[in-house]
Amino acid sequence: MNLLDIVIAIPAIGFILALLIPRAQEQAVRMFTLVCSLAAFVLSLGLAIGYQTGQTGQQFVTNVVWIANPEIHYHVGVDGISLWLIILSTLLTPIAILLSWRSIHQQSKEFFALLLLLEFGLVGVFAAWDLFLFYVFWEIVLVPMYLLIGIWGHDRRIYAAVKFFIFTFAGSVLMLAAIIYLYNLAGTFDYALILDQIRSGHITLSHTQETFLFLAFFIAFAIKVPLFPLHTWLPDAHVEAPTAGSVMLASVMLKMGTYGLLRFCVPMFPGAARENAPWIVILAIIGIIYGALVAMVQPNMKKLVAYSSVSHLGFVVLGIFSFTQLGLDGAVYQMLNHGISTGALFLLVGFMYDRRHSLAISDYGGVATVAPWLSTVFLITTLASIGLPTLNNFIGEFLVLQGAAQANFTWSVFAALGVIFSACYMLWLYQRVFYGETSEEVRHHMPDLNVRDWCCIVPLIALMVWMGMYPNTFLLSVTATDATVLEQSNMTTPLRGAVSLPGGGTHAR
Amino acid sequence: MPANFMPSADDLLRFSPELILTIAGTLLMVLDPFFGKRAPRLFGHISILAFLAGILGALGAQSGTGFSFSNLLIVDGYATFFRILVLSIGILAVLLSYKYLDRELAETGEYHALLLFCVAGQCLMVASNDLIMIFIGLEISSIATYILAGYLRNDKRNNESALKYFLLGSFATAFLLYGIAVIYGVTGSTKLDEIRTALSQPGFSMAAVVIAAALMIVGLGFKVSGAPFQMWAPDVYQGAPAPVSVFMATGPKAAAFAVFLRIFMTSFQQISSDWEPLIWISALLSMTIGNFAALTQNNLKRLMAYSAIAHAGYILVAFAAKSDGGAAAVMFYLAAYALMNIGAFAVIIHICGKGEKNLRMEDLAGLGRTQPFTAALLTVFLLSLIGVPLTGGFFGKFYIFRAALQSNLVWLTVLGLLNSAVAAYYYLRFMVVMYMHEPGEVANTLEPLSLGLRAALVLPAIGTFFLGILPGAVLNFARASAVFTR
Repeated sequence: MNLLDIVIAIPAIGFILALLIPRAQEQAVRMFTLVCSLAAFVLSLGLAIGYQTGQTGQQFVTNVVWIANPEIHYHVGVDGISLWLIILSTLLTPIAILLSWRSIHQQSKEFFALLLLLEFGLVGVFAAWDLFLFYVFWEIVLVPMYLLIGIWGHDRRIYAAVKFFIFTFAGSVLMLAAIIYLYNLAGTFDYALILDQIRSGHITLSHTQETFLFLAFFIAFAIKVPLFPLHTWLPDAHVEAPTAGSVMLASVMLKMGTYGLLRFCVPMFPGAARENAPWIVILAIIGIIYGALVAMVQPNMKKLVAYSSVSHLGFVVLGIFSFTQLGLDGAVYQMLNHGISTGALFLLVGFMYDRRHSLAISDYGGVATVAPWLSTVFLITTLASIGLPTLNNFIGEFLVLQGAAQANFTWSVFAALGVIFSACYMLWLYQRVFYGETSEEVRHHMPDLNVRDWCCIVPLIALMVWMGMYPNTFLLSVTATDATVLEQSNMTTPLRGAVSLPGGGTHAR
Repeated sequence: MPANFMPSADDLLRFSPELILTIAGTLLMVLDPFFGKRAPRLFGHISILAFLAGILGALGAQSGTGFSFSNLLIVDGYATFFRILVLSIGILAVLLSYKYLDRELAETGEYHALLLFCVAGQCLMVASNDLIMIFIGLEISSIATYILAGYLRNDKRNNESALKYFLLGSFATAFLLYGIAVIYGVTGSTKLDEIRTALSQPGFSMAAVVIAAALMIVGLGFKVSGAPFQMWAPDVYQGAPAPVSVFMATGPKAAAFAVFLRIFMTSFQQISSDWEPLIWISALLSMTIGNFAALTQNNLKRLMAYSAIAHAGYILVAFAAKSDGGAAAVMFYLAAYALMNIGAFAVIIHICGKGEKNLRMEDLAGLGRTQPFTAALLTVFLLSLIGVPLTGGFFGKFYIFRAALQSNLVWLTVLGLLNSAVAAYYYLRFMVVMYMHEPGEVANTLEPLSLGLRAALVLPAIGTFFLGILPGAVLNFARASAVFTR
């Protein structure tokens, strides 16, 4: 039993205990779940402290047999990528609990308990090294999020919740088929062992086999990312979810998809990944531009931020499928950045909704005069989101664009358009909401941030600055692990001139 | 060999579950005139004791496995697994019935006696090594179910259900019997192992054997409600009393699958390449018809009937794998399915009210708020029916599709898994209504769970989690017993 096991176990035990607290004790449930999630967060920091940056491979490993036949292991560990994603999950959970403190009135016991269950699933997904275990955690995440959206969401919550569930479930059953298929070939679910067998030629996959297996995993992950054109569940889910749900969805859950691509798809099926990279990259770039353009015309703040997620996640996919060290580093860094800054955006939009009870941009205006602190915080987050230097997103986007340029210059040209567009829609949003005439409703219903709001937002703002100013805290371990992924994918040389974009010709650098 | 009409002690032990149930059933019929009015619950208690004694008998028989009664019966791990399964289903069915029979002011003595006879027939079926014995067991079980389906004789729907089931059921049994006759004509035997031996010699008419197998597929396919012989199931399940519907969908179905598998994996194993395509098609049709038809149902019992057809389809996928691993997956899935289906039906019986008037999906509205415990357990069963990890249903599906992939049934696996995504939609509707709608009249005026229903909810929930978190023990037993006598 090491530190990682405890970080995984705390939310699970907390979930069960929270359900046992009598319904009337609302305050006790809130306090208990907050304490659990904070404990998990503090302990997960211990993972970062104890992590040996120089070493590659997993650390904090526990590997015990769970089910004897077929042999399924409880095999967990962290490496340079999953470490930070686990900490992201444990950081966002207490924030999600805190920001729902007063805004959830009915069935609050279930709400806070489900947030812990969600945390359990998320940490487990990022820690699992056994494919079967990974699938188990992957599905566990689905249930609490479905209920969070469906029970505590807004008007069209049921439609959004069911759509979310069916989309993700349909993708993941294909992944299950692929996992079982791999098991029948390799005789094990252990990811590292399967990878060894594939790399050593112990398992030889025919071209068709590899392509189908790759696609089965890829579609499951692409739905989660979400990659254009599989993104349609995302705006619905985000808009209808309660604030805590949106924050967890944007900050952590979308990363399950990109993490899966990086962790499983690319190393296990390098040939298929390389072969399919051109159209995947095109889809990613379409997502970047399309997400940004659609975000620009949204009348609804949450929907705007949701579409900006589609755009930002496109960068991550682009980085991964550029198969360059810089691209991969940027992709992982951008996962964390997006978690922090988009999480903060949803949080702030949630604050405004709690006050004014509207998500329509036209219902706001001149907020800066009545809530100056809220405006300041929102501005910092906006700037971070559009990639202003010294704030976090700049580093990630820069690395991705540079990596993409190494692979194919045209890609980065088109992707860079997304950066410009993001400045357009975010700044325009800021202008319409915070400047201009202050209406009576806004004047009366927009108190500035209170202590609890500050507690939620300060850690995120601090991280935006830290990650923008001193990325090496995070990047050193990420880079080391990315190098391993790159080497596993046999792709030490970048892809050159493999694709010609419409009108752009082929630009090999 | 001189004729010896006295059964040996071994024979009696191997036959003990059937003996116990038959004696108990007869006892109930004798007691009925005396206590029928005064102590209606007594019969339920006696039945539970009889089922428990039957389980002990089955375990005792397992200590000395082997043939019995001149090779008519066979007690092996496979038989013991299914005996314990159908006996446990019997216990849960009794627990489901207490409250229901109370509410409907129904007589209890005959009901429980029929239940005992029915399970006795199933125990006999699963331990038969002879087609005639299988037929007798099947008839004992079926005739009791025909009566049970129409048990509330003043209810029109009950009568419709019983009549439909009886007419179609006898028709299907005739096919089975016809198949038995043909195979007897070809091989000169009705014993499963002797048929196998005969078929491994040259010099028999292949066409006749294939016809016999096809006829048996019709007869048994009807009993397991596999498409295209599933037409009766929605009407019959909808019309029968709710505890009987769920009993029919679990107990007789498990027993029918058990003999289906035993016959085809023992006698007809050599011609498996001939019957595999039929099972393949039946599996795909059952899953697709069941799931897509369930999407539009609003009557809870009818919806669960279509879901039962779909689940029969999943089981047929493992059947089509025609391997021992596939047989083990069938065994595991039937156990998991019985638990989750009974649990879900316990809630339906809880809310349906006198005369089963509250059976619409909307009648579950707001249950999550008025009875959170009941709703939470129903959620567990629904997640298991969908196949979400940490529940028995997930491992059941996992083992099935693993066996199918091992036998290279890639397309069937992919289509089956996509089917289970379709199924998620209608199971989610339950949760939507329970948790995301305002409490309706039914949920607001619902009485608390009765003791019997509470037990029929909690026990399957424990079982579902047990099979979902520690499936090893059950699966190992299934794998060890899924080796047929050959």
